[in-house]
Amino acid sequence: MPNYVTSVGMEVHAELSTKSKMFCRCQVAFGGEPNTRTCPVCLALPGSLPVPNREAIEMVIKTALALNCKIGGTKEESIFHRKNYFYPDIPKGFQTTQYGEENPFGYHGYLEIPTPDGGTKRIGIRRIHLEEDTGKLMHLPSGGSGIDYNRAGTPLMEIVTDFPPDIHNGEEAKEYLSQLRQILMYLGVCDGKMEEGSLRCEPNISIAPEGSKELGVKSELKNLNSFRSVQMGIAFESRRQEAALENGETLLQETRGWNEQKESSFAMRIKEAENDYRYFPCPDLVPMSFTPEYIEELRANLPELPLAKFQRYTQEYGLSAYDANLLISEREWAYWFEEAIEKGGEPKAICNWMNSDFAKMLNEEGITSRQSKITPDHLVELVKLIEDGTISGKIAKTIFAKAYETGDMPKKLVEASGATQISDTGAIKAQVQAVLDANPDVVAKYKGGNMGVKGFLVGQIMKATQGRANPGIVQQLLDELLSS
Amino acid sequence: MSITSLTAVEIAAKLRSKEVSAVEVTTAFLDRIDSEDAKYGAFLAYDREKAIAEAEAAQGRIDSGDSLPMTGVPVAVKDNISTEGIETTCASKILKGYIPPYDATVVEKLKAQGAIILGKTNLDEFAMGSSTETSAYKLAHNPWDLTRTPGGSSGGSAAAVAADLAPVSLGSDTGGSIRLPASFTGTVGYKPTYGRCSRFGLVAFASSLDQIGPITKTVEDAALLAEATTGHDERDATSNPAPAVSSRELKSGTLKGLKLAFPREMYGEGTDPEVQKAIQASLDALRREGATVDEISIPSIPLGVTTYYIIAPAEASSNLARFDGVRYGPRSQGQGHIDVVAKTRAEGFGHEVKARIMIGTYALSAGYYDAFYLRAQQVRAMMTQQFLDAFKDYDFIVSPTAPVVAFKLGDLSQDPMAMKTLDYCTIPANMGGLPGISIPCGFAHGLPVGLQLMGAPMEDERMLQAAYCAEQLFAVSPKRPNL
Repeated sequence: MPNYVTSVGMEVHAELSTKSKMFCRCQVAFGGEPNTRTCPVCLALPGSLPVPNREAIEMVIKTALALNCKIGGTKEESIFHRKNYFYPDIPKGFQTTQYGEENPFGYHGYLEIPTPDGGTKRIGIRRIHLEEDTGKLMHLPSGGSGIDYNRAGTPLMEIVTDFPPDIHNGEEAKEYLSQLRQILMYLGVCDGKMEEGSLRCEPNISIAPEGSKELGVKSELKNLNSFRSVQMGIAFESRRQEAALENGETLLQETRGWNEQKESSFAMRIKEAENDYRYFPCPDLVPMSFTPEYIEELRANLPELPLAKFQRYTQEYGLSAYDANLLISEREWAYWFEEAIEKGGEPKAICNWMNSDFAKMLNEEGITSRQSKITPDHLVELVKLIEDGTISGKIAKTIFAKAYETGDMPKKLVEASGATQISDTGAIKAQVQAVLDANPDVVAKYKGGNMGVKGFLVGQIMKATQGRANPGIVQQLLDELLSS
Repeated sequence: MSITSLTAVEIAAKLRSKEVSAVEVTTAFLDRIDSEDAKYGAFLAYDREKAIAEAEAAQGRIDSGDSLPMTGVPVAVKDNISTEGIETTCASKILKGYIPPYDATVVEKLKAQGAIILGKTNLDEFAMGSSTETSAYKLAHNPWDLTRTPGGSSGGSAAAVAADLAPVSLGSDTGGSIRLPASFTGTVGYKPTYGRCSRFGLVAFASSLDQIGPITKTVEDAALLAEATTGHDERDATSNPAPAVSSRELKSGTLKGLKLAFPREMYGEGTDPEVQKAIQASLDALRREGATVDEISIPSIPLGVTTYYIIAPAEASSNLARFDGVRYGPRSQGQGHIDVVAKTRAEGFGHEVKARIMIGTYALSAGYYDAFYLRAQQVRAMMTQQFLDAFKDYDFIVSPTAPVVAFKLGDLSQDPMAMKTLDYCTIPANMGGLPGISIPCGFAHGLPVGLQLMGAPMEDERMLQAAYCAEQLFAVSPKRPNL
């Protein structure tokens, strides 16, 4: 039994977060009453004509730049093609898309993904192109089917990995998708919602004996709605194909669906002869070329991408890889962090608060950082109060919780509660002495060599001061009085 | 002289001087359509109430001194141009009953001027033909001889103007569909430079070739209508950024010193010697006025028809895919989507349209694309270059618009190749996106002959100037058919 190598080609479709559709001015949104966001153009009424959406094109070029692609096709112009076929969800009888290597907006790029050994691996990108989404077929409650064209014409970006594939297992595929999603969200070009279908992934999976120059027969996997299903689906397919080959079966090129509940794939359709889509350049749209100045301007205005942020956070701020990864996981979260740093927050302390208490509360409530009442100003002020000894870390937790609830500034909350830390040596000394007087047996134990009981005494003192005594001073005074 | 025999310019003048009212003008044309169009088959639809309402509004504008050059002037519109609230069928059964919810840009512009949309004119189904005989609804007849075709595909628009059913009309020209019927009916037909007139709302036949333009009694009317309907349109991505075609300098041109070229390939096989005689006579007349006419060679001209019949059907096969019965038009019964679509199209499209869809589908198919579509595009590029090269030495290229005069209805309908070769003089302008105009220059067999002028891209204004001079010289336009 040979060792098999899995090869995975990734085709990712991302719905762009443009205000309007690809070729008309209808609004782009999710859901809604069927056919309310339509016009003569996206319904393909006779005589209507497409006009390309600049914003969409710019988003694709930005993505192409962020994925290290060359811009504008090998012929230095980008053109739209028509892909001709009949299906009720494509109103024109063709989909406007881009075809071949010569003319997409971006080509020959790469994306780096982290590897388990702490290094990175380069995943080649073959091309990035722009097309339009289809409408949605729906079964009517009254029987029969209807079509909702609200989605028809939504700009759709397709990102295709290199061939032969660089991805060889589900883990890498998941990592690729997660990095890609993060980049798209940082660029603000896609909301990344896999469950709503605004980010869709259709991997091609094949296996071949190790050392073989040719790839095996591939299957295309659909209905993958999460990172987990991408990873599991690919692993399953690779096992299924291996078992089939070991049983002497012949694999068919087919499209398979992923069943999330059963954690297995099922045959959807066998790919017969290649469909003839009669691609040809769309005569309603003119070839597009981009000046080097325009491209450089877009490149210069690209936001800092997650990988660069990760490096900066770990190297400049000395954060752990774990913490840095949590911070960059969402663009909004990273920007929140950076705003706090800009306002004078100490990076490690800010990061700790964000990734523990703050993240926990947000999760519990199911809201995002920007929706909460806590602003970077709140956290910066709180951390300062701890740093200058006004409150203890323990009190700070209570204050943070109150600020989260009310939106009041920490300083104000501290003043109102009288919970400022007691750093007055005289006052603390009296408390320490009182505790020692009340516990002569414990003091005797300590003096007899049982140093462990000191913690009990500290606890008693803190309790007596409602936790407000400065812990450093307590320690110092306790040592002093016990040794006297 | 009755209102209906006037030109648009004359009508506009009478409206401004309050000699007639806009309602009187529109009513006169509508009455004439009512009583006479059975003879000509020029109109597929018109809405009297709507037209009268528009005329009343136009009169309001005239009375308040807010009138523009076309205010109150009725315009007939080819039925492949979208008109809000008026059935638009492209003379095809597949669009029977389709009432568009929007106006084409040209219609919108006309309405903004206060022009009256008189009605929708007959055409070859989806503009595919040269005689209006492929119309699914009715035959159109040439006002000069009712047994003959007015040409096509804008046969209804040409017949309407020649028969005084409309002062001016809009047609569309993919391979000569404005100029050929103009030539056959003794009218002026002008196809602007590709991109100067918005295609938004023109039901696409071959997108890279289609252009809307006027069919009129005079060059001056053509310039007036062009000025009202052209100009940049952001709803058409192929629209030229230039402003509308200007008619301001129309009459300030001269024939003296004009350098004209006559490509010898324009007298191709099948040229009627009588037509050739009329053309020669008009070229001689131009020479006498101080223009030079050199015979030159543009070797790619004979390739035009073949090339056209790859590119146009290829684009059409894709453009017509939207007619599937799902969103508009009649829907046939069937089992499942593909069956319903197949039956809808089998029953909805006529023979010529089906033939072109088949040819186009074939030309774009994997394995044939390079040999047909790509090759045709290469020939197109070569042909365009040869014309552009000629324009380095010459102001305009002149030729007959068609090698023959209007033929008898039915004569060529069984001979598709003969029908298609009629367009070889006009096709180059579509291939190269050039402006072209056909003006009446004489008669052969008692029927009108058209002379074609073609200019370099964006030379529309200068070409109209030259055409205006030539029109005055030939003095053929005043001759009308016996109606």
